[in-house]
Amino acid sequence: MKYLTEYRDGEKAIRLAEEIGRIVTKPWAIMEVCGGQTHSIIRNGIDQILPKKIEMIHGPGCPVCVTPLEMIDKALAIASRPEVIFCSFGDMLRVPGSKDDLFKIKGRGGDVRVVYSPLDAVQIARKNPDREVVFLAIGFETTAPANAMAVKVAKDQGINNFSALVSHVLVPPAIEAIMTAPGNRVNAFLAAGHVCCVTGFEEYPKLCEQHDIPIVITGFEPLDLLEGIRRTVIQLENGEAFVENAYQRVVSEAGNLAAQAVLDEVFEVTDRAWRGIGVIPRSGWRLSKAYRDFDAELKFSVSDITTCESELCRAGEVLKGTLKPNECEAFGKECTPRNPLGATMVSSEGACAAYYNYGRFVQLETSSSAL
Amino acid sequence: MTTDTNRQVAQQDAPQGIDFDSLSCPVPLQDYPHIILGHGGGGKLSSELIEHIFLPAFENKHLAGLGDSTVFDVQSGRMAFSTDSYVVQPLFFPGGSIADLAVNGTVNDLSMSGAKPLYLSAGFILEEGFPVAKLKRIADDMGAAAKKAGVAIITGDTKVVERGHGDGCYINTAGVGVVPTGVDINPTMARPGDAVLVSGSLGDHGMAVMSVREGLEFEAQIESDSAPLNEMVATMLNACSDIHVLRDPTRGGLAASLNEIAASSNCGIVIDEKSLPINSTVQSACEILGLDPLLVANEGKLVCIVPEASAANVLEAMKKIPHGANAAKIGTIVSDHPSMVIAKTSIGASRVITIPIGEQLPRIC
Repeated sequence: MKYLTEYRDGEKAIRLAEEIGRIVTKPWAIMEVCGGQTHSIIRNGIDQILPKKIEMIHGPGCPVCVTPLEMIDKALAIASRPEVIFCSFGDMLRVPGSKDDLFKIKGRGGDVRVVYSPLDAVQIARKNPDREVVFLAIGFETTAPANAMAVKVAKDQGINNFSALVSHVLVPPAIEAIMTAPGNRVNAFLAAGHVCCVTGFEEYPKLCEQHDIPIVITGFEPLDLLEGIRRTVIQLENGEAFVENAYQRVVSEAGNLAAQAVLDEVFEVTDRAWRGIGVIPRSGWRLSKAYRDFDAELKFSVSDITTCESELCRAGEVLKGTLKPNECEAFGKECTPRNPLGATMVSSEGACAAYYNYGRFVQLETSSSAL
Repeated sequence: MTTDTNRQVAQQDAPQGIDFDSLSCPVPLQDYPHIILGHGGGGKLSSELIEHIFLPAFENKHLAGLGDSTVFDVQSGRMAFSTDSYVVQPLFFPGGSIADLAVNGTVNDLSMSGAKPLYLSAGFILEEGFPVAKLKRIADDMGAAAKKAGVAIITGDTKVVERGHGDGCYINTAGVGVVPTGVDINPTMARPGDAVLVSGSLGDHGMAVMSVREGLEFEAQIESDSAPLNEMVATMLNACSDIHVLRDPTRGGLAASLNEIAASSNCGIVIDEKSLPINSTVQSACEILGLDPLLVANEGKLVCIVPEASAANVLEAMKKIPHGANAAKIGTIVSDHPSMVIAKTSIGASRVITIPIGEQLPRIC
């Protein structure tokens, strides 16, 4: 597969890791923002071949993990209605709300469907004019253009039985929130390549300047990630802090202008609550005035939802990088992928789920080497 | 006039390539081009289904009496017995159909204990309104699959449920087979040092079904690998009678099978990701959807645990069978980390291969 296999070359990866080992002299904490990057780091074992001085902190970039509980409960309330066909990406189905998840609603007779594209949900609405079709539009800047396009298509074609439950979140305000959070330990960021593919990276230089942190735009394959880390470590060791694009085959400074035009038309910036973190000002998108008729929150009046988060779950600290998943008292005991207390244990991109699988092996290695 | 109209409907519903007129059914079967409740009622309509659809398709001497049960001779020794139900949608997909799965699935389950499969049963649960032409195609395909696998379908049953209470056509098959003397294959037998072999590319069936079900189009069409494995197992047993474990990695894919073997044998398994045979189109489709090919279903593949000293011989035997051409050694049984499956990644690190909680869910991004 062109553009994939050549970035998975094991020998080159080990050489890059060795080069990073020659450069690094001090301990550094680097946060990869995107859940896709976390997934790739864990899946390929990249953290296992990095020098011990480099600590990877898994950031809040898993859209499943940061979607607020209130929004999940709203989704569950809407999906339970008999007139609704509720469409979602697959990995939202097991995310726990206060009481249920979408799988349980489906089991009780709710019409919950997994779609691969938001435009599929518009198609379902077109074919079922007597039903209300609701799409759960979550995610970062990466998934937003297709979601915006679905709403635009529905409006343009007069498909009024389609609506979207929107909970989009934005990366730059999250970086800002992490850098100003008490106890922050992050020295540098790997920015999410696919987010920058849409947005470009004109917003990043001021973050570097304000917080004196390197930000390196990084891809998702092993060599992409290692090259991003290498460039980050060079900046850190040299005391530099600027934006670098280590994912040039996909990302340009201006980003995808056509996608940005649709986003500007359909969405507007709003304050947004992040699960486990709290409200971050101007950190999300909601439907703009021209598209309010397609807002499922307004259509179904689900504003009086009261939520109930697990008291044991410390996912918020995990998402901010101040707590390792295995340092949480509930980790692997009350909270497992089978019975997740928080969303970070659900998604394959969630730091807790990744640690649960990989961490079992690490503990085993540690205990056997201690014998 | 009514008949003509019904025929037109039937022709529209019929899968491509099926000529409804070629059905050699006398009246009244052609008056009912769609299944009605009466076809499961045990009366004349039921008899006509048997006579005109199932008997010609499954043709064998055991069916001649049409008794409540079929009697056959048994040999002394050990027998294997297995059952499975098939509820796949769509019923027809690239590389196969529910009919192939229903025959090959049970043949393969029997083969995984080293048994030579002999006889199958076939139970149909049909939804009112299901096109008779489709049923005929399914029955014919089952007959052809049975012939190819060298087994006979010797008993069966049909029930019809009201419209809306089923999904067209469900099939259950059960089967019996004879285990050759001296063969003792079961999931507890893996031993440290054994080699882990697979018979070919992984994930083909699951991605073929998903591509049709979800209307996904890839550069090249992905075809199901549905195939009977009894011939391959017989050839492997000829090469080495001391095969320790066989599994067909269907639902849950290779990951589920390896985890079950590791748990049953209380051993660890280490596999090398670079050695896994995966079709590049399947790999691409999995990348797009955020799926792990190790968790995707196969319907004509097996996992074999065999003493390392015999691995080369068994691998050679597998490769002699056409659908074993891409067979490969993928790993080793170890005494470390019992019940756990570890993959060596392409960059030389390790990851744990786990069983999914339920169905694998496509990732958002």
